[in-house]
Amino acid sequence: MVQRLTEFDTIAAISTPLGEGGISIVRVSGEDAVAIVNRLFKGKDLEKVPSHTINYGHIVDPATGQVIDEVMASVMLAPKTFTKEDIVEINCHGGIVVTNDILQLLLANGARMADPGEFTKRAFVNGRIDLTQAESVMDIIRAKTDKARQVAVKQLSGGLLTEIRALRQEILDVLANVEVNIDYPEYDEEEVTAQKLLACAKAVSGKIDRLLETAQEGQILRNGLKTAIVGRPNVGKSSLLNYLTQSDKAIVTDVAGTTRDTLEEFVSVKGVPLELIDTAGIHHTEDQVEKIGVERSKKAIAQADLILLLLDGSQELTEEDRRLLELTAGKKRIIVLNKTDLGQKLTAAEIAKESGSEVISTSIMMKENLDELEALIKKLFFKGIENSNDQVLVTNQRQAGLLAKAKQQLVDVASGLEAGMPVDLVQIDFTGAWESLGEITGDSAPDELINDLFSQFCLGK
Amino acid sequence: MKTYVSNEYDVIVVGAGHAGCEAALASARMGEKTLLLTIGLDMVAFMPCNPSIGGPAKGTVVREIDALGGEMGKNIDKTYIQMRMLNTGKGPAVRALRAQADKWDYHEEMKRTIENTPNLTLRQAVVDDLIVEDRECRGVVTNTGARYRAKSVVLTTGTAARGRIFIGELNYSSGPNNTIPAIKLSESLERLGFKLRRFKTGTPPRVNRHTIDYSKTEEEPGDKEPRHFSFTSRDEDYLTDQTSCWMTYTNPKTHEIINENLDRSPMFSGDIVGVGPRYCPSIETKVVRFADKDRHQIFLEPEGRKTEEIYVGDFSTSMPEEVQLEMLHTVAGLEKVEMMRPGYAIEYDVVDPWQLTHTLETKRIKHLYMAGQMNGTSGYEEAAGQGLIAGINAALSAEGKPAFTLGRDEAYIGVLIDDLVTKGTEEPYRLLTSRAEYRLLLRHDNADLRLTEKGHDLGLIDDDRYAEFLVKKELIQEDLDRLREITVHPTIAVNEYLAGLGQTDLNGGVKADVFLRRPRVTVEDVERLTGQKLAGDRYVKEQVEIDIKYAGYIKKQEIQVARLRRQEAKKIPKDIDYDQIEGLATEAREKFAKIRPETLAQAERISGVNPADLAILSVYVQNGKYAKVQK
Repeated sequence: MVQRLTEFDTIAAISTPLGEGGISIVRVSGEDAVAIVNRLFKGKDLEKVPSHTINYGHIVDPATGQVIDEVMASVMLAPKTFTKEDIVEINCHGGIVVTNDILQLLLANGARMADPGEFTKRAFVNGRIDLTQAESVMDIIRAKTDKARQVAVKQLSGGLLTEIRALRQEILDVLANVEVNIDYPEYDEEEVTAQKLLACAKAVSGKIDRLLETAQEGQILRNGLKTAIVGRPNVGKSSLLNYLTQSDKAIVTDVAGTTRDTLEEFVSVKGVPLELIDTAGIHHTEDQVEKIGVERSKKAIAQADLILLLLDGSQELTEEDRRLLELTAGKKRIIVLNKTDLGQKLTAAEIAKESGSEVISTSIMMKENLDELEALIKKLFFKGIENSNDQVLVTNQRQAGLLAKAKQQLVDVASGLEAGMPVDLVQIDFTGAWESLGEITGDSAPDELINDLFSQFCLGK
Repeated sequence: MKTYVSNEYDVIVVGAGHAGCEAALASARMGEKTLLLTIGLDMVAFMPCNPSIGGPAKGTVVREIDALGGEMGKNIDKTYIQMRMLNTGKGPAVRALRAQADKWDYHEEMKRTIENTPNLTLRQAVVDDLIVEDRECRGVVTNTGARYRAKSVVLTTGTAARGRIFIGELNYSSGPNNTIPAIKLSESLERLGFKLRRFKTGTPPRVNRHTIDYSKTEEEPGDKEPRHFSFTSRDEDYLTDQTSCWMTYTNPKTHEIINENLDRSPMFSGDIVGVGPRYCPSIETKVVRFADKDRHQIFLEPEGRKTEEIYVGDFSTSMPEEVQLEMLHTVAGLEKVEMMRPGYAIEYDVVDPWQLTHTLETKRIKHLYMAGQMNGTSGYEEAAGQGLIAGINAALSAEGKPAFTLGRDEAYIGVLIDDLVTKGTEEPYRLLTSRAEYRLLLRHDNADLRLTEKGHDLGLIDDDRYAEFLVKKELIQEDLDRLREITVHPTIAVNEYLAGLGQTDLNGGVKADVFLRRPRVTVEDVERLTGQKLAGDRYVKEQVEIDIKYAGYIKKQEIQVARLRRQEAKKIPKDIDYDQIEGLATEAREKFAKIRPETLAQAERISGVNPADLAILSVYVQNGKYAKVQK
């Protein structure tokens, strides 16, 4: 009884490779695209703007009122769009966390995570592209859907797969019991009461919550934490970069189809993947005596999830240092007080008090305290999670989106039961949650429920 | 055998079990000159297994048959000896009516109806062969040499096709209940290229009522509140003098005897090759598969008023006769029981149902329809539902009119047929409520609202009944509107009533429909508390109450149905050649070619087809037309 009717959903996905460029685009396509984005958009009423316009505004979480990002929303109405459906593209500032937050908000407000290659598929299905070269098109679709699915399932860590399967089984056992009570009422099998179902829904829902908490960490694990090294010239940026990119820390990426800026560096710091941005700029400002790199740093800061701000401990704070401290104030940052090998004019305690941030004193040249710096980076973002050997991490948006959907369905189960609805009705949502979880693991045999029913219960005349 | 040319008909129905009777009556009532052939006139609408009709999902099918102008509901309402509503403590979607039938009365009453229906001829004959010309079925040939020609033919062979009965080491060629089996017809179907397979089912022993010690059993009486299968039956005709059923249990001693004699059961000795249903296992299968259970329920059901035979429900077995008796004697209340007929297993031929379309016409031979147990189902109700659809379509095709089908969102009958033709079945198929995605919409109480219009359009519901139905519909709307207008005020009486239900007080006045959404509040309570009377009877009020109380969930399912319909609207061209579609996985290509889905929605339901194949197919067929493809 698994439904795969997904053709009419409004879908959303991040359509720029994560970690590339200063701008990310989140694309939404389908009948409700405009209405869904409009719920999150503070600015013009997108349902009233003309087609093919770009609109300035903010994405705001309607539940909390919190501003997520400053964005441009392009509204393109059917049929003159890529998919021949209504499309809204949200141009946001990049950073993995912010982009992902926007996507999650869209999913929570009625959009569905797009399947791999689904925008292209819709373009074909809606006749946007004539199949003049049938073979290659079919090959593309085949490759995109199959491969992406394989990848998606492979990306499930063993722990997560086991965990979600266990949750599904937990739901399935109760579902089968509910069905037995309905189809074989005269049998003295135990009755699933509202209390029992409620307890199960809440238990599973709690476990999903814990998985969702890992989602952000999982994202970063998979995509790399965008890290900007900033500081005025000759403060030691280049040395830190060289230290971090020494051969044993370099990561070889094999992300197909994405061409990375060759000057961007991927490194692993105590198992935490960092994507160092604007490495060119670092070399540029360090190598040549020239105009101040603040303007350039601004861009890097905007994109970054983590800032490593270098200060020269042997000198007083300069105007430029103060400007950089100001620019990075709202960000997650570590202030590196470098050059402890020289006489110190600044102390870590003072700077920490003034900035409210983590401060660490190092001598990059003498390789002093660098291990502590690495430990601090790790501590700041992973709260010790990656230490666990059995990693149960949600590592992509598709998984997170489906978990969030399952969670909502379980919330509906609970509220239905609390409103006095009979078990066999709220079971509609309970089955939905089970199916959503099945979409994550790729388990969706149509007769799974009936098989479970007959293997667990002894029934029949 | 020398053949002779006999009469010509519009529609011929072969087999007069529950499928055949519905098929023949529908065809005749639609004005077709119809011939109904049966191996034994004494077996018309006979119940060779349990003497009951209805239950979850199945009971809803009976209501649907009735709403479409079929006979099963009316016939059981005339011949039941006990009526019970099941699942009354649950939601409206799963409430189910079940009746114990007087199986002899049931047979006689159906036979009488058939005999008195205009355009319908009932005759005893064994059909050996089909007349097929240019892959179109044109009639049948009987074992006495009669050649009957017809515009369309419906086969409903039940368990008679190469039937074989097993009782311990004994086995012999036989139809159900020791009737003549149909041997040659199976051979004829194989010659025509149909793929047949073997299924197995079974029935328990029957015992003499006087030899049961009822004091050791639990009595299960019928309901006092009138309920009927047919929408045309009246409360004043409800049977007050009902017969009880009784329940008892097996015990470790029973299981010990079964285990000791397993080598003598054809189920375990390897004599039976047919696939049996998981949901209808023999008692020996239950004991083996659920070894940790120390008891199994047994239901004692009377076979009728004019017989002392009692059906020992849930005790189906093919053990040797003397072992069956020994087993029975271990059961509380049955220690001294006299066995009148032994239980048996029966193996029979079925056609793999993917060889049929949603109209139940075969894909291989035009104008040939198949229905009932021969399509791999089990159960009288499942058979009757298919029989009705096959009969309707045989009649429509004889007239050259467009076919009639039901969707998964319209009826359990639609779910049943779609499951069969889309997924096939690996075991005898039983309808379960969990097979229906939209069961909140497919309720037993609203079958008339769902289907009466269609029955009327087909000519199976007469104008008087249709007019009555329209009145009911109007009353429902009127009362729904009324409830939105009536205000319930926070009077002392109202708040006392709410306190009685364990609920919070009403603070201000609310409209009655809002008030009704509170748990356990009924329309009658609203009427009493407000002093306002609604216009409809209790059946109208039932609809109104369900509509209002469960509106949120109904809406959810309606949204799902709307999506299904959009996908169902995407037709796949009939002449599609799957070999020409690049990129399909081999398994998907084979399945599509075998099942030939009619719509993209149906293609999605085929098991073992992955999303990439569906994506390719949907791109390729773009809304019923081929995509512009250049190779």
